Amino acid sequence: MFLKKVAASVALSIVASAAMADGHAKCDIAEGRVNIVGNEFPAIQTVGAGAVACANDNVEVKTNLTAEHQTINLAGMSTTPAEYTSAIVANSSIVALMNEDVLRPLDDMVAKYGQNLKKNQLITVDGKVMAVAFMANAQHLVYRADVLEKAGIEPPKTYEDMLVGAAKIREMGLMENPLGGAYKAGWNLAQEFTNMYIGHDGAFFKAGTAEVSINNAQGVATLEMLKSLSEFMNPDYLTHDSNATSAEWKAGNVAMMNMWGSRVGPLKDEEGAAEGVAANTAIAGPMTVGGGTTPATTLWWDGFTVAKNISDADASATFQALTAAIDPSILNEETSAQAVWLIDGYEPTDAAVGVFAAAEASSVPYPMLPYQGLLHTALGAELPDFLTGKEDAAKTLADVEAAYNAAAKEQGFLK
Amino acid sequence: MKHKTFFWFFLPTGLAMLLFIVLPIVSVILQSVFVEHEAVLAVVENCGPFGCKQETTIDQSATEALRTARPLGQFAGLEIYFNRGHLATAEVSEAWRSRDGLGDFLSTINNLPFYRAMSFTLVYTFTVTPLLIVLGFAIAVGVNSLHRHLKGLVIFFSLLPMIVTPLIGSLILFWMIDSRGILGSALQWMADDPTLSLKASTGLTWVMLIVYGVWHSAPFAFVVFYAGLQTLPKDTLESAMIDGASRWQQIRYVVIPHLMPLLTFVALIQLMDNFRVLEPIVGFSAEAHATSLSWIIFNDLAGETRLLSSAAATSVLTIIGVSILLSPVLVRTWRDFHSKAE
Repeated sequence: MFLKKVAASVALSIVASAAMADGHAKCDIAEGRVNIVGNEFPAIQTVGAGAVACANDNVEVKTNLTAEHQTINLAGMSTTPAEYTSAIVANSSIVALMNEDVLRPLDDMVAKYGQNLKKNQLITVDGKVMAVAFMANAQHLVYRADVLEKAGIEPPKTYEDMLVGAAKIREMGLMENPLGGAYKAGWNLAQEFTNMYIGHDGAFFKAGTAEVSINNAQGVATLEMLKSLSEFMNPDYLTHDSNATSAEWKAGNVAMMNMWGSRVGPLKDEEGAAEGVAANTAIAGPMTVGGGTTPATTLWWDGFTVAKNISDADASATFQALTAAIDPSILNEETSAQAVWLIDGYEPTDAAVGVFAAAEASSVPYPMLPYQGLLHTALGAELPDFLTGKEDAAKTLADVEAAYNAAAKEQGFLK
Repeated sequence: MKHKTFFWFFLPTGLAMLLFIVLPIVSVILQSVFVEHEAVLAVVENCGPFGCKQETTIDQSATEALRTARPLGQFAGLEIYFNRGHLATAEVSEAWRSRDGLGDFLSTINNLPFYRAMSFTLVYTFTVTPLLIVLGFAIAVGVNSLHRHLKGLVIFFSLLPMIVTPLIGSLILFWMIDSRGILGSALQWMADDPTLSLKASTGLTWVMLIVYGVWHSAPFAFVVFYAGLQTLPKDTLESAMIDGASRWQQIRYVVIPHLMPLLTFVALIQLMDNFRVLEPIVGFSAEAHATSLSWIIFNDLAGETRLLSSAAATSVLTIIGVSILLSPVLVRTWRDFHSKAE
């Protein structure tokens, strides 16, 4: 069974890359070296394969797509010449590369080779194009239509409704732990805090400075809400990342959760799901919290960059290969379902409804601040103390601020 | 040995030690006393698929000048060592001044990352090491008395935990002790408590990590002791038997003294290994309940913005910790060496 699947997927990818090669016969690059580092999920693999299809006798194209991309991209772009000519990044991870000044402004490339790119694909910082986005992502509500119907509740629009619904589902004995969520201590938990804090209209820093300010009423309300939600989750929730939460969902143990749009496709897949789960998996826009109007979620983009420390020929080759890889002609039935593409001509599939709803409800993007990553790490390390009941909310938030201050001083953001 | 002969004999080893031990340590120490330049910040307009926004960013041209002038960064001395992420001297003295009894002081201290990591690391090191030595010794004595046809097979199976990569081994157990896993469900059934979760309680998480540590390292002690048992002097053992020593007395007065040097060796290696425990914490996703110095280094380097100086300072503290831990054993070895030389 397993072997069959492997064989099938290998066959599929060969067919896919053959089709890709066919579709990209027109990317004629004269010469250069292209080496792309990036995360590993289906949409990025499609882009990587598209770039590889541009290789010819004078152009070498390599990709290194791995979940560990963040630990190698900076080192691989800091050398002269850079080992990686391009890194595929998101709005949080581009910051680490910009902080170290290893990215090349792309304005000249866009003027020369980027006629097919839409204006909203260009990520500009201080007027300079630093990346070209090709897909969007956001967390939003995923729910079990059948369970909610049995319990007689509507898909929640607010987190408060979600709690009421969860209590009802538990009371009726439909499910013991009806809520799910990627609350694993570390990056995931910090992300949930970020969502919820934005939903409470909280500001992470004093405007225009690197001084953190989360120990306030919004911060406390955020933590209280996270704790209330966690009481309806599997007791092991602090060890559940997106993968484990998806597994819980597919096992039919969860009725509602806030989950990444890019994960909806696999959740709706019958493969490995308990009976009736996949067919009843439905999605809706992100929820609000505490009577606010800003959805408690963040918008994300994924895009490509070009390294600074490489020759012009390599930079051109890289830009051309990646532009060809996100050409509208790559869209077909299979690739359209992989992501919410920002490419011209993309028709949203059923799995994209949540991300579109998030964008329409004026959700805010994850902040692109040079020191946001430090706060994210501090949140991830300190928040479990509150959720495990070791500390109260104010003490935990004070600890987060202290941990952030130590890190920000070391990085030169604070004196 | 003549000095010249000794020099040429030692040269390759000396060079390798310089290259692979001294230089990395020097580099880590150097890194730990420097921090990044002060970032020159500027507010600019950022645009993307979701519209435009005024955001703070680093002014690269201004920062570049600072970096070229002093590529190592700003000299910070021991500042990093004493900040909240490490020894936290200011926080500790504040906690001491405003303490409300010793328990309150300890719980405040235990909330600081370094001391929290130390408390788990020390508990882990000092429970796992003796337990694995006892278990390893028991297995070795047991296997040694088996029929020779059985020995090979039993040795192979006893070694399995050590053969499995620590991260994989802990992941496998992680899923088995899940509240829906085979061991987790069995425990719930035995305790008659359907909500029992090993992963949700700090105490049980510590027990789980310690059990894992013993399981994983006992084969190492077993192999060493088993090898030692093969050199057991038969005549001493036989005369003990003639004197009417029971099996326990044979072990107590013949076997254990014979294996004593090996015990020192195993204790040395395992104290060192257990002090830098990392894989089980990552594998069991236990960071909410237990951290270690190695985990702090791992966490500093795994974030989107890497904290190199902080990681370097923790590394130096780990080296100091290991040296303190090993000093009694090293002093003893030194004394033995000298008494033999005289």
